[in-house]
Amino acid sequence: MVQAAVQSANSVDQGDDRPWVGRSIERVEDAALLSGGGRFIDDLGVAPGTLHATILRSPHAHADILSIDIEAAKRLPGVTAVLTGEAVKAVTTTLVVGVKAPVECWPIAMDRVRYVGEPVAVVVATDRARAEDAAELINVEYRPRGAVVDPLGALVSGAPVLHDGFPGNLASERAFRYGDPEKAFADAPHRFSIDIRYPRNSCTPIETYGVVASHDAGEDAYEVLANFQGPFSIHTVIARALKVPGNRLRLRTPPDSGGSFGVKQGVFPYIVLIAAAARVTGRPVKWIEDRLEHLTASVSATNRATTLSAAVAADGKILALDWDQVEDCGAHLRAPEPATLYRMHGNMTGAYDIRHVKIRNRVVVTNKTPTGLNRGFGGPQVYFALERLVQRIAISLKLDPLDVIKRNLIDAGAFPYRTATGALLDSGNYQEAVARAAAQGRLAELKARRDEARAQGRLYGIGFTAVVEPSVSNMGYITTVLTAAERRKAGPKNGAQATATVGLDPVGSVTVHVASVPQGQGHRTVLSQVVADVFGLQPKDIRVNTEIDTAKDAWSIASGNYASRFAAAVAGTAKLAAERVAGRLARIAASQLNVEAADVVFARGFVASKHNPENRIAFSRVAALSHWSPGSLPDDAGQTIRETVFWTPPELTPPDEDDRINSSLCHGFIFDFCGVEIDRVTLETRIDRYVTMHDCGTILHPGMVNGQIRGGFAQALGAALYEEYAYAEDGSFLTGTLADYLLPTTTEVPEPEIFHMETPSPFTPLGAKGVGEGNCMSTPVCLANAVADALGVADITLPLVPARLAELVRGAEPPAPAGGATAAPAREGDRQLRGEGQASVKGAPEQVWAMLLDPNTLQSVIPGCQRVDKVTDTHFRADVTLGIGPVSGRYRADVELFDLDPPRAVTLRGGATGALGFGNAEGRITLAPDGNGGTKLTYNYDAAIGGKVASIGGRLLDGATRVIIGQFFTALARRAGGGGAEGGGLSLFALLAKVASLFGGRR
Amino acid sequence: MTRLKADARHSVRFTLNGRPAEGEAEPRMLLSDFLRHQLGATGTHVGCEHGVCGACTIVVDGMLTRSCLTLAAQADGCDLKTVEGLAPSADRLGVLQQAFRRNHALQCGFCTAGILMSLDHYLAKNSAPTEAETRDLLSGHICRCTGYTPIIQAALEAAAKLASSKKETSDA
Ligand code: FES
Ligand code: FES
Repeated sequence: MVQAAVQSANSVDQGDDRPWVGRSIERVEDAALLSGGGRFIDDLGVAPGTLHATILRSPHAHADILSIDIEAAKRLPGVTAVLTGEAVKAVTTTLVVGVKAPVECWPIAMDRVRYVGEPVAVVVATDRARAEDAAELINVEYRPRGAVVDPLGALVSGAPVLHDGFPGNLASERAFRYGDPEKAFADAPHRFSIDIRYPRNSCTPIETYGVVASHDAGEDAYEVLANFQGPFSIHTVIARALKVPGNRLRLRTPPDSGGSFGVKQGVFPYIVLIAAAARVTGRPVKWIEDRLEHLTASVSATNRATTLSAAVAADGKILALDWDQVEDCGAHLRAPEPATLYRMHGNMTGAYDIRHVKIRNRVVVTNKTPTGLNRGFGGPQVYFALERLVQRIAISLKLDPLDVIKRNLIDAGAFPYRTATGALLDSGNYQEAVARAAAQGRLAELKARRDEARAQGRLYGIGFTAVVEPSVSNMGYITTVLTAAERRKAGPKNGAQATATVGLDPVGSVTVHVASVPQGQGHRTVLSQVVADVFGLQPKDIRVNTEIDTAKDAWSIASGNYASRFAAAVAGTAKLAAERVAGRLARIAASQLNVEAADVVFARGFVASKHNPENRIAFSRVAALSHWSPGSLPDDAGQTIRETVFWTPPELTPPDEDDRINSSLCHGFIFDFCGVEIDRVTLETRIDRYVTMHDCGTILHPGMVNGQIRGGFAQALGAALYEEYAYAEDGSFLTGTLADYLLPTTTEVPEPEIFHMETPSPFTPLGAKGVGEGNCMSTPVCLANAVADALGVADITLPLVPARLAELVRGAEPPAPAGGATAAPAREGDRQLRGEGQASVKGAPEQVWAMLLDPNTLQSVIPGCQRVDKVTDTHFRADVTLGIGPVSGRYRADVELFDLDPPRAVTLRGGATGALGFGNAEGRITLAPDGNGGTKLTYNYDAAIGGKVASIGGRLLDGATRVIIGQFFTALARRAGGGGAEGGGLSLFALLAKVASLFGGRR
Repeated sequence: MTRLKADARHSVRFTLNGRPAEGEAEPRMLLSDFLRHQLGATGTHVGCEHGVCGACTIVVDGMLTRSCLTLAAQADGCDLKTVEGLAPSADRLGVLQQAFRRNHALQCGFCTAGILMSLDHYLAKNSAPTEAETRDLLSGHICRCTGYTPIIQAALEAAAKLASSKKETSDA
């Protein structure tokens, strides 16, 4: 199975005149990456004296900052500076916000935090460890505010408001109308609706963010190296925030980047932050994000609440759509948001011929991490609603879902096809693609498998999806968020400038540069194929550079690696640049060979006469002439040293007066179907077969195209089955490690059956379209449709974890039976920890009681306790260091005793705060003689936590709680035993401090 | 066991890919950071620093080890193998590396070093692994780019190649 799947990638033929484009040649990138020679940002050396930054982040989802005490941190040896919001504000200005509203967007909290993980201070020191030590010494006093995490909840009147400039948390609202949707709905025999909650997730590259910045005070110019991925429209945002013209922000990227999938666009606020730190310290500053920071606070795809209705004819033909989308962009509307919502605007009818459309778009802010680019970018959210609705229509009308899809597909003769909302679909034959996929993917046999499985009582279902995959974004689509009048005022935005430079050096060897910033997509290899074909050379003769340096390279706002623009736009532009040089070389060669330029061909390393191939000169010889003897070249040839081409497709026009927008240049087509089986006992979803048919136009490198499809499929499978950025109701982030945010591994990802069809795009130089994002759009809903089919349920929410399916199938889980020493979240997503247990300690209750109230005893038995201060007889303060999993830190605990019933019982209530989080707890301890002169202690507690500690998950907290409480009683018992008559007590207090400091309880 | 002072730097010596290596480390320094930043062996990557992603996997005294969960001081006196030691020479790739390249088993290459180390270690002892065994072995590694199949394919292809070349050698 695996063999067949990868076979196409291995067929490398040599020694013929077939073009290099279209062959799966080995990648030029790989030798270095396979032997440890990659050059990722953290692999590159830095200037001597470079400082290292760490970022102190908010443990609260929403709180006012009352004070920040940085004195102790600043005194720590090795610490150069501690920047709070104020210090950053002194050298920067707010990041621009993508809608017209009086709000600011800073890369660091000013006087209020709005999401867990929001930067609060930047510590700069001689090394990272020292910076982290210092961050722990910063004391921030917060006053918590109510938090809002649900997009619809954010709109409810009376909900906590994040920004005064976004009244009611509404950042933008627009209504659109295309055709006559009201009439279509009124006339239609059927109306079907679906409500969707699309969850938050992220493609989480394995390399995290990195920034190295320096500032030249003399010229007030910044130099930044960052694993940023584009779009370079963001360069303008960064320069503006740093208060310098664009020519004083030199932004470079490292040669290698460890994956991005859109996510590394989100490094830009940190570029501003670290550049500010460099300016303040006068030294280069480096920052490498860690995984907890990345999961908590880098960036995320948007979650969205959608209601979609369709007016439908009796035969399943969709006559009109009515979209109501509420987009959750998190705590700040960061550039380029609300782009996720508008990226698909031209494609709101998917692969279907639907002429009447109504759309209501609202963008809200909530107390969660700000959103940004993520593979699929708006597609998963849209197609989940549309394709779930298509299934619902089929079920309601008792039609075959595939028949409903086919009935609505755009006709093959209709291309180029203008959708109701303005996209110009370039080319395709959707009916043919569906037919081929059904045949090659053996749909009939899959249906028989389902019947057989069901006859045996197994849960088996089939799902279908048809998706149009847009690529090469129109830089003007985001202005659809503005009204036509606002757009007229702001001036038109459109196009998608791609750039490529082809250079010939004095020995005639060829160099190509593009501003495409790949993160593993093999751009260098593909470009070498494209340019080799133009010059009649071999790929190994072409050296390609894909790094970007905004001070020296050709670039524009559309530069970068996003919206699947490489194959369609960038590779095509490189071809145009090479052809322009080749045209001039042909004129030069023609004069040397004494033939017409039209008679000149480039083949096998020579420039030759087509008619008389013996009449030829070596390519390198002709190529070098511009350097060595420019004076003897024909007058009309011009130079052949270097040619830069800028290419933007004329089809990408700005939104028209009626808000129609051709949001993307190319539109691939995907048709997926799959069979899944759900285990009746575990409710685990197993993919039996996944078939994915792609028409991405001309294929430049089959191995890489399949690589993109497989990679996107694996990420989409994660989004469908496992991944969710989970938040508690109070905004605590619950999935801060890769053990909590579950990514699929080799044992979860099956090989999809990939099929291709090639309908070239008439709009791109090579006929290619984008292919990288399609499965992120199609696969989540295809799997959901299959699971819905298997379970016979109407509503499905991602991710399809067994617990969620269990609720669908069996109803909510009954609470676990009480008893035993347990400490576990009461329910999924709840940070409340409740537990109880008992312990035996030597010594009579009176002695134990005394120990519990004695600061010295407490200090010695509380695990990790540095000191205990007695404020009053019933009020203690303690400093405790605790480690849970990867997170260890210092906490200050404050505990009070109530309902004292010496020596029988006491209630403890308290809270703890530290750099890693906060918490509150309440516990009751009872002491009773055990009949042997000792004391039996019974305790129960109820605690809640927030901040970083919460993010590492209840999974660890559960065990850690038990371990720590166990340590406490062991120490207490030891102390009681060792102290002889002095007896052992149990420190109630310790227990409490422990529990409070770790698990702190509810507010 | 020697006691190390928390705030002092201690010398750490080990064999790295057959050659002696030496540097200084605070007791809290991770082996991954020591390799990368003290010794400049940046081929070993860190993706999570909490033991889940597998990117930092190396071989210490013949055992697969997460270098992000190991202190540099613990490696003192050990024999380490990292991705930099896989190729037979600077301009040639080993059998496993070649199989990765042929099968497009990497895209960004950030996860690759750890996966290569796990496979190199495994294939030395298991000459004819099945697909299921290989998937099981690699389930401790996360790759966000490839969807895994090409990695499995490369591993199986390398195993077959290694087994046949071993056979040739022993036949000879
Ligand atoms: S970095 Fe060591 S396992 Fe992820
Ligand atoms: S190749 Fe990029 S993470 Fe594996």
